[in-house]
Amino acid sequence: MGRALRLALVIAAKDIRLELRSRTSLLSASVFAALVLIVFNFARDPTAVATVDLAPSVLWVTVSFAAVVAMNRAFTVERENAAFDGLLLAPVDREILYLGKFLANLAFVLVVEAIALPLFVLFFNIDLGGALPGLLITLLLATAGFVAVGTVFSAMVVRTRFAELMLPILLLPFMVPPLIFAVKISVLLLAGRPLSEVAEGLRFLAIYDVVFVTLSVLLFSAVVDE
Amino acid sequence: MTADLASARRVMIRGAVLTVLGLLGVGLVMVLALAYTPEEINQGLAQKIFYIHAPSAWAAMLSVVLTGLASMLYLWLHDPRIDRFAASSAEVGSIFCGVVLTTGPIWGKPIWGTWWTWDGRLTLTLFLFFLLLGYHTLRAAIREPFERGRFSAVLGIMGMVLVPFIHLSVYLWRGLHPMPIVLKPSAPSLDPQMLRTLLISFGVMTLLYVGFVTLRYGIQLAHDAREAADAS
Repeated sequence: MGRALRLALVIAAKDIRLELRSRTSLLSASVFAALVLIVFNFARDPTAVATVDLAPSVLWVTVSFAAVVAMNRAFTVERENAAFDGLLLAPVDREILYLGKFLANLAFVLVVEAIALPLFVLFFNIDLGGALPGLLITLLLATAGFVAVGTVFSAMVVRTRFAELMLPILLLPFMVPPLIFAVKISVLLLAGRPLSEVAEGLRFLAIYDVVFVTLSVLLFSAVVDE
Repeated sequence: MTADLASARRVMIRGAVLTVLGLLGVGLVMVLALAYTPEEINQGLAQKIFYIHAPSAWAAMLSVVLTGLASMLYLWLHDPRIDRFAASSAEVGSIFCGVVLTTGPIWGKPIWGTWWTWDGRLTLTLFLFFLLLGYHTLRAAIREPFERGRFSAVLGIMGMVLVPFIHLSVYLWRGLHPMPIVLKPSAPSLDPQMLRTLLISFGVMTLLYVGFVTLRYGIQLAHDAREAADAS
């Protein structure tokens, strides 16, 4: 188990190092997130709609779009020079390969969120108050769920035509359950409700994560093995 | 090769016969619904669409579950026939989803006063429809048959697991949807005439599902046979 995790981390570290050297996807996803936040601000009539009514949906629209932009890159980088064949030849199980890719993607989307969240607070003049810990847990749990599915799908769509367009089409239905809960939880938290009130929602997110990470680990070898 | 085409034709004829029987059944259900069932006291004539709407929803759900189960079998056995069935079932499922999504608003307008609302089951059907559209888009984008089979099987399984999650997540919004009246713990609280028509319609839609899938399967069989003939 320890060895599996170490190997997964090696694969994840490879992806992260690659991204740190080029910074293209991270930069484009972050700029994209900032743009979405800015556009929303202009669309809102500040005298008619209170920020706190709009803020939760704005946050999650930004996060989900930026996540798709970030996840598209996971396997497109492997397509160049048939790098993925090299990865498949490495003496590791497919499950570990998946976990590595999943962790790298998760780290990625979380970084984009870490950039988007302060911008969101700044642009929308949000008073986080005691909501921050709960919001961070929600971000982590919801993101883990759709990144798990997105990692499998991005491995599939790179093999198809119009890969970049395909990912959002496939992923959208799978983003719905975590997003619905994340938005509902954020509404309560930003309204100053205590963490205990959203415990049920967080549990749903956790169950979603466990089910889809497990399913993805099991199905990943069907995607990459010919 | 010509034997393949001949057997494909046989499957298609079988499918066409079942489909015609199913469509005649739909006609029968319409006659029964309009002429023999009593008018619902609150909803009036609008309620009649329910005899088409609910059984179509059943057929749509059936197709998603069967596609998911077939996908699991495919990843295990790698039999192209299973893949063909899964694809046919998903395609037919999206048709039934379309029927549900059109008959629903037609009923909703006079009863709810609005064409669309974010009611739980309505939202579920919409995302089911998107899921199936994604499934077809994925299949259309892959040429290699084995790869297409594997990828769509992965999506089919994930989709089947997703359905209860969407159901749960949208159910927590208080729904406007009528509560279950047939499949509930106590006895069905439905007029016997209405219940009979509804049960006939469930049977008819299932028959129509089988007919459509068989026909679609036969068409795919012919398509594959032709492709193989062109390749050789």
